[in-house]
Amino acid sequence: MTTLLNVKDLRAYYGQVQALHGLSFSLNEGSLTTLLGANGAGKTTTLRAICNMVRSTGAIEFDGKPLNNRSTENIVRFGIAHVPQGRGTFTTMTVEENLQLGAITRKDSAGIVSDIERMYAHFPVLKQRHTQQAGTLSGGEQQMLAVARALMLRPRLMLLDEPSFGLAPLVVRDLFGILGKINREDKVSILVVEQNAQLALELADQAYVIETGRIVMSGNAKDIANNEEIRKSYLGY
Amino acid sequence: MELFTNQVLAGIATGAIYACMALAVVMIYQAIDHLNFAQGEMAMFATFVSWQLMQWGVPYWGAFVITLVFAFVGGVAIERILFKPLAKAPVLTNVAGFIALFAIINSSAGLIWDFTIKQYPTPFGSSPFLGSQLISTHQAGMIGVTVLLLIGLYFFFQYTRIGLAMRAAASVPESARLVGINTSWMIALGWGMASAIGAIAGMLIAPVVFLEPNMMGGVLIYGFAAAVLGGLTSPFGAVVGGFLMGIFENLAGTYIPGVGNELKLPIALALIISVLVVKPAGLFGRHIVKRV
Repeated sequence: MTTLLNVKDLRAYYGQVQALHGLSFSLNEGSLTTLLGANGAGKTTTLRAICNMVRSTGAIEFDGKPLNNRSTENIVRFGIAHVPQGRGTFTTMTVEENLQLGAITRKDSAGIVSDIERMYAHFPVLKQRHTQQAGTLSGGEQQMLAVARALMLRPRLMLLDEPSFGLAPLVVRDLFGILGKINREDKVSILVVEQNAQLALELADQAYVIETGRIVMSGNAKDIANNEEIRKSYLGY
Repeated sequence: MELFTNQVLAGIATGAIYACMALAVVMIYQAIDHLNFAQGEMAMFATFVSWQLMQWGVPYWGAFVITLVFAFVGGVAIERILFKPLAKAPVLTNVAGFIALFAIINSSAGLIWDFTIKQYPTPFGSSPFLGSQLISTHQAGMIGVTVLLLIGLYFFFQYTRIGLAMRAAASVPESARLVGINTSWMIALGWGMASAIGAIAGMLIAPVVFLEPNMMGGVLIYGFAAAVLGGLTSPFGAVVGGFLMGIFENLAGTYIPGVGNELKLPIALALIISVLVVKPAGLFGRHIVKRV
């Protein structure tokens, strides 16, 4: 198994405040890895640091190439799609335009058209609403749209920041089912940050637990889920 | 009745110019959240460039096209040199930047071409349009060019990838970067386009207001009024606001006793304030709720 993403000694700062204190982890090609941790542990910051949306030091390598000092929009071109917290919907634009924007760096117009159809097959509700303003969609639908928009890049790695946030439990199940399918069938590696540890561990194969900007635990998702001590002290269920 | 029709048509003609200026202002406002006070001066300078080209013997439409290119490049350059470094600066710093730009362009134009009033040619002539006494060919030309421009812009923003990317960059910059759009250059492109749109407005209105460094002062105020009336968040609203403003200005000048030509401008300012009081987001604008 080859390593797709390798993060070493990552330190991130918001102004004078340090949010990550030398965090290291790696993600294998084809894997679905989850980063778990409480509020403020540094999960979102880790994802933002990978896309250079926050000031950071340390080494971030994607497929053997360093990502440091590249702009966010250039990092996307490596095939890294980031679904941000809060979904980042282009609310004033139509659903279809949102999908087209996901593919804005691609040049193959025929491929884009067929990928939009593929997304409608994954998420039928988006097809029903393709001419609607994206801001009028429900939270769950917007999350579907955000995932679909990210997939339009044909990414090699997808970063998901709390996809379950604010969604009804049934919708979350649905969404996670689709994520698993995308991971298996489309061979997209996924790094998902979650507060809903139970669900994330069911879905993932690898897991890391962050506490105050450091990795405190790592391993096979099943092992972590079965370890009562870790569950109680770090994951709260 | 003929007076009324005449005033409305003339209002649509000047309204077309206000619509262009309002649109230019809104484009930059959408991109950087600031009002470009120097929009009119940029347009004036471009108009002078076209005049200079014609003085050197370039035919009207040749000068028109060269000036558009000049205005576009100039707009991009102003953004890169002056406003990109100010992107994260406080509002007042930006305002100071715009005022500086205003003063620099205004004085440079005065220095190069002096402050005497110059005639500016019209390619359309000024005979009655299609034999009708209601509107002149130049007024018809102003409307025609503006309508073509608006249709072109509509297709650009609605149906091209770069137009889509520009809209995305203006509406949710962070998400735009996350799909791989270089938002910084999209802002520069917006400046270039706004500057070129302003140049068109300047070249079309110059035969009416005559060419001099302060020619766009009044026009820009009407443009601002139009943008506020239509809503600063809505390009469509800005255009409608421009046409309404032109018609309103003419009808007020004709029918309200004592207004005449002199008080038309204060009426525009009064309109800005009334709209802001009654409908702060403008006729077509969206209410922006900001979390603080």
